[in-house]
Amino acid sequence: MGSLVAFFPHLLLATLEGLVTSAVLALTALGLSLVFGVMRIVNVAHGEFFMLGAVLAWAITTTLTGHPALGFAIALVLSPLIVGAIAWIAERLVLRRIEYNPEATIVATIGLLYIIQQLALTFYGPEARPVTPPFNYRIQLPWFGYSGYKLSIIAASALLLLATWFVLTRTRIGLIMRATQYDRETALAFGIPVGRVYGAVFALGAMLAAIAAVLIVPIQQAHYLMGLDPLLLSFIVVIIGGLGSLRGTVIAALLIGVSDGIISVFFSPTLAKIIATLVVAMVLVFRPQGLFGTATK
Amino acid sequence: MSVTLTIAGLDCFYGEVQVLHGLELELRKGEVLCLLGRNGAGKTTTLKAIMGLVPARAGSITLGTSELTELPAHEVPRAGIAYVPQGRRLFAELTVAENIEIGLMTRNKGKMVRENVLDLFPVLRERLKQRSGTLSGGEQQMLAMARALCLEPEVLLLDEPTEGLMPSMIAKIRETVTGLRERGVSTILVEQRVDAVLSVADRVAFIENGRNRETVDVTQLRDDPEMVRRYVGVG
Ligand SMILES: Nc1ncnc2c1ncn2[C@@H]1O[C@H](COP(=O)(O)OP(=O)(O)O)[C@@H](O)[C@H]1O
Ligand SMILES: [Mg+2]
Repeated sequence: MGSLVAFFPHLLLATLEGLVTSAVLALTALGLSLVFGVMRIVNVAHGEFFMLGAVLAWAITTTLTGHPALGFAIALVLSPLIVGAIAWIAERLVLRRIEYNPEATIVATIGLLYIIQQLALTFYGPEARPVTPPFNYRIQLPWFGYSGYKLSIIAASALLLLATWFVLTRTRIGLIMRATQYDRETALAFGIPVGRVYGAVFALGAMLAAIAAVLIVPIQQAHYLMGLDPLLLSFIVVIIGGLGSLRGTVIAALLIGVSDGIISVFFSPTLAKIIATLVVAMVLVFRPQGLFGTATK
Repeated sequence: MSVTLTIAGLDCFYGEVQVLHGLELELRKGEVLCLLGRNGAGKTTTLKAIMGLVPARAGSITLGTSELTELPAHEVPRAGIAYVPQGRRLFAELTVAENIEIGLMTRNKGKMVRENVLDLFPVLRERLKQRSGTLSGGEQQMLAMARALCLEPEVLLLDEPTEGLMPSMIAKIRETVTGLRERGVSTILVEQRVDAVLSVADRVAFIENGRNRETVDVTQLRDDPEMVRRYVGVG
């Protein structure tokens, strides 16, 4: 009986930690999924856009003086905008030139990955650096206190996911993106400037990763090699959720994040990773289009 | 009659394979010009070249005073050309209403045009919220036509619009083409079978191996069935 009473707070804590992971992961993976869905390309440099977002957040918050919340708010807007601009330029200069050829794109984005990483190492350095959270409010639950900032990450992510859903399904821009995704050639025949849509979607994908990174960097610290984990986890989410499916991405991110939190707390983080990898392997074998994707014709 | 669209010396390739060889074609104002030819003759490629979806390696495609081969593909429809692709190519995941909205945004047409187009195809009005991939074949073809007509085009390109349809639907499509002709729309209609065009076409161009062999008045064709056999085979 006593152990059961002790069990529930642990489970709640693990779930909350898992939700924070899910929130950040869902945003990052959504960026990767959008780019793949609309442009049919795999962006191996996606994790580096995440890293850039965090590093820029550090740079912006340390440059600005004044209340940490103000610096953080500015970083939350500015950092994704800069990352988006960099992604847009990379798309126009590189991906467009190679005409989005799938193999060439993988090689090109691997190149982009190393360039961004080396630039970060040169200008930011090899240290891991913290960013001050915008506020330090603790919410007192009956069993333990929990970081108000972490809860606000979950809320911010949920809001952004809703906003993305709204744009995709309810606006003219979203309709243009979906038409481009479903049939590029016919979209052209109806006056949709597919090239410009690609540039915008690539930038948007990078911005989602950057926002996720700015949100998490007060907890995780910025480091020039921090892009690898989000890249791999995003791939896992996108494979399980189905490429280009927003609903699938969110559900898979919840599945991965929460189970990772629970397994990590009760067993070990390594076991969590092993199980996630196994799930991916099973999905690839039994449902290659993902749990929520539709089979491509 | 004055000419609206002129194709001269058009060469098109898929990779290294040449598909159109110096193709010549003239579309007159307000006529229905039918492209007839065997499977693989290059009819679809001709329409795609007009839309800028297949690059022209040589030759010109002029509409009025503008040279279409110099425009990026997405600006061709704004010049006044609407395209109904072979196999319809609807955005199957999108609803009927959304497909129509895409047609309307191409040349910034408003509610009036939408209502006119839906009046032409009343079945679509009852299915606005339905995913277009779930429509019947005939309804899909009507939606493909409706989506194109939302541009209020001067030139309409129709690629095998009656392919795989029931006779009643074929009649409906023909009736629509004739109605558009009366309103002064110039149409290029691709078909594989002669009987499909005799009643609607003004002239017929025989396409063979990426060349226009001969363009004749449809009356000439009625008098000389042998001509059809030469280019299209029996059928
Ligand atoms: N996307 C493509 N890639 C390579 N070859 C193609 C492609 N589309 C058509 N072709 C070839 O070009 C030729 C003309 O095709 P098409 O214009 O579709 O003929 P039609 O519409 O008259 O049946 C055919 O030999 C066909 O195999
Ligand atoms: Mg064809």
